[in-house]
Amino acid sequence: MVSQQSKILMVAAGLVVLALVIPYTSSFVVLLATRALAFAILAMSLDILLGFTGLASLGQAAYFGVGAYLTAVLATKFQFGMGWDFWLVVVLGILLGAALAAVFGLFAIRATDVYFLMITLALGQCVWGLAYRWNSLTGGDNGLIIKARPKFGLDLTNEVTFFYLVFGFFTVSLILMYVLVKSPFGKSLAGIRGHELRMKILGYNTWLHKYIAFVIAGGFGGLSGVLWAHTNGIVTPEDVVLTTSVDALLMVVLGGAGTLIGGVIGSAIVLLLREYLSTLVPWWQYVLGGVYVLTILYLPTGLMGIPKRIRQGFTRSANK
Amino acid sequence: MTNTLQKMLLGSALALGLGVTAPAGAEELRIGFLAPTTGIFAQLGKDMVDGFQLYLDQVKGDFAGAKVKFIVEDEQGKPATAVLKASKLIGQDKVHMLVGGLLASTGYALAPESTRAKVLYIASVPSADDLTQRKLNEFPYFIRSGWTSSQPTQPQGQWACEQGYKKIVTVAADYAFGYEAVGGFQKVFEDCGGKIIQKIWPPLGTKDFGPYISTIKGDADAVFSLMVGPMALQFPKQLRGAGIKKPIVGGTTSYDEFGLPFMEDEVVGDFSALQYSAALETPKNEAFVKAYRAKYGKVPGYYSESNYSTALMIHEVMKKTGGKWPGAEKFIEMMSALKVETPRGPVSFDDMRNPVHNIYIKKVEKKKLFGYEKAELWNTVIKTYPNVSQFWTYGKAKFLAQPVYDRDFPPCKFCQ
Repeated sequence: MVSQQSKILMVAAGLVVLALVIPYTSSFVVLLATRALAFAILAMSLDILLGFTGLASLGQAAYFGVGAYLTAVLATKFQFGMGWDFWLVVVLGILLGAALAAVFGLFAIRATDVYFLMITLALGQCVWGLAYRWNSLTGGDNGLIIKARPKFGLDLTNEVTFFYLVFGFFTVSLILMYVLVKSPFGKSLAGIRGHELRMKILGYNTWLHKYIAFVIAGGFGGLSGVLWAHTNGIVTPEDVVLTTSVDALLMVVLGGAGTLIGGVIGSAIVLLLREYLSTLVPWWQYVLGGVYVLTILYLPTGLMGIPKRIRQGFTRSANK
Repeated sequence: MTNTLQKMLLGSALALGLGVTAPAGAEELRIGFLAPTTGIFAQLGKDMVDGFQLYLDQVKGDFAGAKVKFIVEDEQGKPATAVLKASKLIGQDKVHMLVGGLLASTGYALAPESTRAKVLYIASVPSADDLTQRKLNEFPYFIRSGWTSSQPTQPQGQWACEQGYKKIVTVAADYAFGYEAVGGFQKVFEDCGGKIIQKIWPPLGTKDFGPYISTIKGDADAVFSLMVGPMALQFPKQLRGAGIKKPIVGGTTSYDEFGLPFMEDEVVGDFSALQYSAALETPKNEAFVKAYRAKYGKVPGYYSESNYSTALMIHEVMKKTGGKWPGAEKFIEMMSALKVETPRGPVSFDDMRNPVHNIYIKKVEKKKLFGYEKAELWNTVIKTYPNVSQFWTYGKAKFLAQPVYDRDFPPCKFCQ
């Protein structure tokens, strides 16, 4: 068994390498990496629910969407958030994501299993409906175009500078979420995932614990949306649609639920296949489909489960 | 630990090596083409690519001495993906121009990208009105070789009025393209004395029109439909199936040739209007239809024609420069001054970089054409409005003074 410390070291080393190598690649690769990191925050936020609390949400794109639309609406209608006030937008995005989750949570947390899935799906689609039909605010199907990235001392129009900014947000989010899941609160979430009734009998208010986790995940979703809006320079209903929620869910499952870093790997692989491989070959969809199918069939614990499987393989052959 | 680090570094370096391309040689014209080659619009995307490719094959990829490097990227029918792929084409492939995009929203997303990167963008398909109207001055590197959504429906409104239709119900896809097409039709139709008595908006991608068809008012003289992609196949069939025999005045893409071979004979007699019909009996179009059909096994629709003609226009500009890339600004200036003969007919440009071309009122007929053996469905041209501009007969100043056509503009005065 690899110790927790060496795992942390490996992740840290990976991040350092990423930060050192990415700036020397082509601007397209820099942009792809930025997108993967911004989206990874959403995937990790979903992992808090799916992997650590056992709640499969199909509406995570809603919080992502309000963050993105908040950024775009403020930028296009009020020219707000294009300078130092960008940081204010970040805070507002987190708060709005959390606030929306706080409202949705009231409806959703009462349900469990497939009912929870259905309710989050329905609520998420409500947000999509608003984005699609509230033309005067969201631009409807045409979406909102943010003409430039913010400037405050740093010039974020430079892809590399912007990459480092998103990288910073990503790292901080990763650390915060890691601290969260390792905290006593995180342990109680794991307890709920394992056996909710037992936790109730032990005297925990499991509803409140799940609710708080839901709100926190919403906040990170909002942050992810703010960064996503500036990464793309465009926000459309596409960002809020069910497919985006499903994407996030598949990324977490692909990478390995309950690992945080699994969502990051999933995000990187899916976006890389979809956006980089599609520039090279026309049959990229088959590769993506194949990866999904093989993972579900042979790696129910996701790609993060590979080292364990290998070790198990070794022990088994050693015991023969 | 260091071992792992070395491995990771090596791995990353290998992976990233793929992203490096060789610098380009001289006298090469690099064209970045964006079309949805996967997803629900994949068929339209293929038609777009095929149209452009056909022209390139005919001139053997040589534009007046410049060797054309044609790079197709899959925009997946999503504006954000189109922008991402555009930045790949600009940053990595160093293209001279971007061409294509399918949806109006993609056009709205790519135009600012062209401004940001100072790279020419030619919209061959995205037809969002405001790109060449109220928002044009934001996009100095933008020119359109296609059309605006309301450009064909405005003359169509006039035509419908002249047919003696007094009351019309519109059924149109519920997004910006539908709003603009219906708006143009309604404006002209009502200015001429007609009345739009009901507007129905099924969502983009609707397959079951039952709930919408049943609400169509009985006293309407005709139904104006605006359908996109697979919707076009379903609507006429279901309308006739419901026993409604009112004439259909189809907007723009509703009877495009991409869907015509899959339609049944019940669409015979339906009307539509667009700047192109495969049944145009001109030598230029006949040659195009025959070459296209010989190569791809089907009759070209507007998606193919528009991109074929775009390639032709680029070639014409390159002929004038002797195969030298003149720079984006100069290119736009030269392209705006073009007067070319294309399969759709003569095309010139107005001073807002949008084509001025014929609008054809078409009627679906089953007949033999161009020497093909079987009787097939064709969009026979029954009336031609020559040299129609995006402003119809209103004049630029008056037209631009009104807001862009929208779901509620012009307001539905006669809806109860």
